Amino acid sequence: MILPLYPAGAFGETASLAVAVVTGIGFGIALERAGLGSSRKVAAQFYGTDFAVIRVMFTAIVTAMLGVFALAKLGVLDLAAVSVPDTWLLPQLVGGIVFGVGLIVGGLCPGTSCVAAAAGHLDGVALIAGMLAGSLAFAEAFPWLARFYEATPKGRYTLPDLLGLPGGAVAGIVTLAACACFVALRRYEKSAAAG
Amino acid sequence: MSVGPAAGAAPRYANPYVAGAGLGLVLLGAFCVMGHGIGASGASAQVVAAGVDAVAPVHAQGNAYLRDYVDAGNPLRSWIVFEVAGILIGGFASAALAGRLRWDVERGPRAGRRTRLAHAVLGGGLMGFASRLARGCTSGQALTGGALLSVGSWIFMMALFATAFAVARLVRREWT
Repeated sequence: MILPLYPAGAFGETASLAVAVVTGIGFGIALERAGLGSSRKVAAQFYGTDFAVIRVMFTAIVTAMLGVFALAKLGVLDLAAVSVPDTWLLPQLVGGIVFGVGLIVGGLCPGTSCVAAAAGHLDGVALIAGMLAGSLAFAEAFPWLARFYEATPKGRYTLPDLLGLPGGAVAGIVTLAACACFVALRRYEKSAAAG
Repeated sequence: MSVGPAAGAAPRYANPYVAGAGLGLVLLGAFCVMGHGIGASGASAQVVAAGVDAVAPVHAQGNAYLRDYVDAGNPLRSWIVFEVAGILIGGFASAALAGRLRWDVERGPRAGRRTRLAHAVLGGGLMGFASRLARGCTSGQALTGGALLSVGSWIFMMALFATAFAVARLVRREWT
């Protein structure tokens, strides 16, 4: 096991910040090339006229997921040293619902708003200002929210844990589901174009 | 502002599967090099913590949420803030090379500039709040936790897409 490098002490904290910038540059380029710095293109998902967001996101998830499981299987990547976002069921369910409203009203997500702003779109700048205000509002409301914020903790809890299946099997299921979703989107677009 | 290809317009966007695979490789690279994924909304929490600490340090120390950020050191010297700086650089460079830099307010054909900007602030506010509650956004939860098969991340992702589809009809005037 030689990966991941940073937890194994391969380089220091200052160098990790350089890695952060390089990672962000790659992230920003991918989002911009996909057109996701455009709020109209992002919002078009939810009116059934452009499915770039869903295609990009699920392709990215499947690519990274298959890479992680393949490298772990080969013994190159220590999966236990990769930090999986912990699960808090209710806060993440409610957070997802509120986030969904914000996404269709705002037309960009936090990451894509940075790309929009960098390309000169002022709606991206406005969205970032809103993000900062919303984060501040959360912090100020935290004394009232703390109990709910910590509710239903599940720790490191993955779909393989939930389903009682090996990680590779779940990765296979997710890959097939993504492919089925892509085929369905294509069929929908063809029927919409014909109709 | 047009979306997609048009005569004399900026070059068309990349194939979404190619761009998605590129994004997935960036994410895989972060897993392999750093041992964690990518993010975006976390940077706004870092900036807010730094701002409150600079303006009202006693208030920041009295807030259990902000105190954790401030006590961890300078909130601006954090991985996520540098990564978001990278997003700005990468987004700017990519748009410049594609001839897609322009000052404008992107909006639907029926929406006014001021309405659109107000909606962007409101939507951003909701996502800023929600991503703190969920401990991440489309990057830190949906992409990162999605690829690592975290249950909470998949709940977050399904909830946000279902809600956005359900609410879209109510804000149709903004986009169509």
